[in-house]
Amino acid sequence: MEARRIDSGKIAEVSHGLERTEVERREKVFSVTDLSVAYSGNVALEGVNLDVHKQTVTAFIGPSGCGKSTFIRCFNRMNDLVPSARVSGTVLYHGEDLYARDVDSVEIRRRIGMVFQKPNPFPKSIYDNIAFGPRVLSMEGSLDERVEQALRRAALWDEVKDRLKDGALGLSGGQQQRLCIARALAVEPDVILMDEPASALDPISTTRIEDLMHELKRDYTIIIVTHNMQQAARVADMTAFFSVIVDEDGGGRRGVLVEYDSTTKIFTTPSDKRTEDYVTGRFG
Amino acid sequence: MTSLATPVSIQGDRPRRLWRNRLFTLAMLLCMLVAFGTLAVLLVDTLITGWPAISSQLLTGLPSTVPAEAGARPAILATLYLGLVVLLFSVPIGVMTAIYLEEYANRERWWNRAIEVNIQNLAAVPAIVYGILGLAFIVRGIGVGRVVLAGGLILTLVVLPTVVVSSREAIRSVPDSIRQGAFALGATKWQVVWRQVLPASIPGIATGSILALSRAVGETAPLIMVGAITYVAFNPTLFGPYTALPVQIYNWTKQPDTDFQTLAAAGAIVLLVIVLSMNAVAIFLRNRYRKQW
Repeated sequence: MEARRIDSGKIAEVSHGLERTEVERREKVFSVTDLSVAYSGNVALEGVNLDVHKQTVTAFIGPSGCGKSTFIRCFNRMNDLVPSARVSGTVLYHGEDLYARDVDSVEIRRRIGMVFQKPNPFPKSIYDNIAFGPRVLSMEGSLDERVEQALRRAALWDEVKDRLKDGALGLSGGQQQRLCIARALAVEPDVILMDEPASALDPISTTRIEDLMHELKRDYTIIIVTHNMQQAARVADMTAFFSVIVDEDGGGRRGVLVEYDSTTKIFTTPSDKRTEDYVTGRFG
Repeated sequence: MTSLATPVSIQGDRPRRLWRNRLFTLAMLLCMLVAFGTLAVLLVDTLITGWPAISSQLLTGLPSTVPAEAGARPAILATLYLGLVVLLFSVPIGVMTAIYLEEYANRERWWNRAIEVNIQNLAAVPAIVYGILGLAFIVRGIGVGRVVLAGGLILTLVVLPTVVVSSREAIRSVPDSIRQGAFALGATKWQVVWRQVLPASIPGIATGSILALSRAVGETAPLIMVGAITYVAFNPTLFGPYTALPVQIYNWTKQPDTDFQTLAAAGAIVLLVIVLSMNAVAIFLRNRYRKQW
């Protein structure tokens, strides 16, 4: 349908995305089947199915309240910390059920790191922020080396190498966020979840974080939630669009996965009308 | 020009409202003056009365029936010991309780809510009630006797609710993002609490504990109840009979000889200095580690 084709130049430049066939050739890291999440019985997210592949960047986009943040927290079982949350369906991580009885949520969170919306460095020194993970996990090897390596990978080493003992809260917002990424890298994760990692940052810091994601993609699998469609277009190989369904009686609002495809497809020739309305800015 | 022709209406009832405004400001000022004025008069009066009796004799001497030879060393020492006992017991128990209530307790459960409400209530229970309780259970019940340790334990009961409440506030002020950040790195609940939440809330806990301690040190009623005796002419020990500074002051005021009244005022000055310097430390800690996030 030629008429449905969107002029990609106007909305967002899809610059780094891999082809879908290329993505699907890679090993499956996550396989989500019929996932629903409810808080105190109110369904927040319903019936999600999708796969996430190794060494790719997958973006979740959608309007507020569509459940994308709820969803990303299912991958490292952060929803366990909310007593009223109930997760149903399955999430397979390298073929193993993340929600099986004998799975240790602490071990999961070591392998599946997370970076939050607002930079949340611990009120300690830069060094101690990075060292916290390796220390609580009693990781072997030289702590100094580990700290340096993590900071280098997060492109922060040159800026902080002379003041590792200074408080992390003295860093700028963008530096704090890269510190949080370094902190996640220090425990040698397999996957990095990023929940709107740049929404509290200025454009220059945002660009640095995005560049970093391109770098990190070589070794890690990255899942990012973002409000910013241009950001999804710039960094993601695959994009999932979530939307909100309001019940007939107006009582409940639940998030659903509308469309999941290569970023190029989502931003140029989406197959669902709702996706098109969203990415062209007519909705949300 | 026409638009400027109606300036009268903006006056309204301005004078009356202004007058009310001033009246209310004045009323509040007056209330403050009553509160602080009373305090100031008391302070100045105590200072003037007691100053002549401030001497090394007062600090290091033993009690005596002769006012000129009387000192409060045993009372001062016992007060310091009591403070130490209170600190040793109330801080660990209070902080642990606060951690449980803030980090572990599920508020959906009725017993946790009941504990919360009752801690608030306990903070409002008069100290003398703890004195009676202490006499029955600690002094006689488990047979600790009328010793410094028993007095300290009873004062611990008096201030424990305050320590719990202020520690909870300190723990609650640690942002959730810190806990989430630590959990996301694979830390266990214990590691999150012990390595992140607790260190971050120590300034608040310390401030609250010191303020509670200074209240304990000034407390008289429960100690009279559990037998802080009046005349102790030897240095107290943890397991021996004792008197405390407020009790000593109280007893001096009961003496007919006016020289003892002077001594009482001097004792009050010493107690004030102890309490105020503890509060100063608390304020210093609070300002030094003002919230960083």
